Amino acid sequence: MAQPNQIYMDYSSYCPIEPRVLKEMLPYYERYFGNPSSPHSFGVQMKAGLEAAREKVASLINAEKPSEVIFTSGSTESINAALRGAAFRNKEKGNRIIASSIEHISVRNTLKYLAKNGFEVVYLPVDEYGVVSVESLKGAMNERTVLVTVMYANNEVGTVEPIKEIADIAHEKNAILHTDATAAIGKMPIDVNRDGIDMMSISSGDMYGPYGIGALYLRRGTRFEPLILGGGQEAGFRSGTENVAGAVGMGKAAEIAKAEMAQEAERLSKIRDRIIKGTKEAITYSFLNGHPTLRLPNNINMRFSFIEGESLVLSLDMEGIAASSGSACSSKTLEPSHVLLAMGIPHEEAQGSLLLSLGRWNTPQDAQKLLEVLPNIVRGLREMSPIAPPGVR
Amino acid sequence: MGMYTEKVMDHFRHPRNVGEIKDADGIGKVGNPVCGDLMWIYIKVKGDRLEDVKFKTFGCGAAIATSSMITEMAKGKTIDEALKISRQDVADALGGLPAIKMHCSNLASDGLKSAILDYMKRNGIKPPEGIKIESEHEDVCETG
Repeated sequence: MAQPNQIYMDYSSYCPIEPRVLKEMLPYYERYFGNPSSPHSFGVQMKAGLEAAREKVASLINAEKPSEVIFTSGSTESINAALRGAAFRNKEKGNRIIASSIEHISVRNTLKYLAKNGFEVVYLPVDEYGVVSVESLKGAMNERTVLVTVMYANNEVGTVEPIKEIADIAHEKNAILHTDATAAIGKMPIDVNRDGIDMMSISSGDMYGPYGIGALYLRRGTRFEPLILGGGQEAGFRSGTENVAGAVGMGKAAEIAKAEMAQEAERLSKIRDRIIKGTKEAITYSFLNGHPTLRLPNNINMRFSFIEGESLVLSLDMEGIAASSGSACSSKTLEPSHVLLAMGIPHEEAQGSLLLSLGRWNTPQDAQKLLEVLPNIVRGLREMSPIAPPGVR
Repeated sequence: MGMYTEKVMDHFRHPRNVGEIKDADGIGKVGNPVCGDLMWIYIKVKGDRLEDVKFKTFGCGAAIATSSMITEMAKGKTIDEALKISRQDVADALGGLPAIKMHCSNLASDGLKSAILDYMKRNGIKPPEGIKIESEHEDVCETG
């Protein structure tokens, strides 16, 4: 955990493991071992742990059958498997794939790969809050559409998408609906039946479970081909000897999320709203990125005109606060956040974005500390900025 | 954060010579806020020496640190000496920069050169042969 003088507000970049999860996992490293496919008692013990975990993950998302949950190495693999598996398996139906323009880079790069391999990818615009245009989806759908992929909630700006409506439109043309729920899982209730989801990618790390494990929800009957071939584990959908300890950890994380999500969301959204309000009041030319209410309870994304985000993040770190930015300098590609640009925010404004993502160990005192230091940091950077109009601090 | 040297962080934490020079003899403006970096370098010239150098910068940690460093490196130097300071010199003086920052955020030497060229232009002085603004000869910022 963080040191007493440190504040971690970067849970969407990396989430620490919950001690109750680790405790559940340890016996699977220290005591139990054996291949879950083996018929002997060692294997049976492992298989039991694996299947109990699968039930817990299925329960969190209200899957009809635990067998619809396939364990993978994480969201990135789930996304690759889902998009490629559904596209290639259904290519005789057509080659159109429809996606939002604010998807995570794992989805974007997988779609680029599919575009190189004969698929036609259509990107849907979003409004100023990052909400996907349902009207433009209606216009883009045709008989040759095999797959629609829209994230459940955006990882950068926290906007929650109208997945149920999107799924209904996709299903009218018999297209498969995939959603990347990495940012949303464990933060808000997700019900694959209510929401009409056919495939969903989730990770364990983002809900205080271990990294290196995730899951793909695959509705029974969805036409799909596996990405990873081998010994036929996970009902043939994902080969490779199972990561049982990881799955057990993910299962425990799912169980805790299901039990505690509602009260945790309420607690975090209070801290979130206090930071948003306090920041707007204390700093001129500060704006909220994303939707004011259709928003993940732990997400704060603000932008400050005339300054650049990486220097903001470095300055906050000097005060012991860990955060992220959507600025070009903060990215490996040296491009500002495609999410902010898709929302119509100009390049130079997108450079000044600050992403604060809250989690289990944040307290109202953390908000207080942030609000004490942030105005001075912004003022200092604006004093140094050649584009800040005189008098703007 | 670990990506920057202690020297870079020192200049980021305590930037030297921030501000404008109201009656500057030359001003160099380089970069583009669209790319995430913009530097304005102000110089005051006395005889053939840079008596004062100040900066204003919009940009990341590396952009601010290189701006601060160039003001220290250039102050008191003759114009000829100052024109010879390269981007590599600035990076070396800071104990190195992350590879990804070597181009886009390392504009300070260009800013200084451009301020000196501005001073020469204002005073009808012919610039020496072969002076080039390094960042003008490459695409430092490719935006989608």
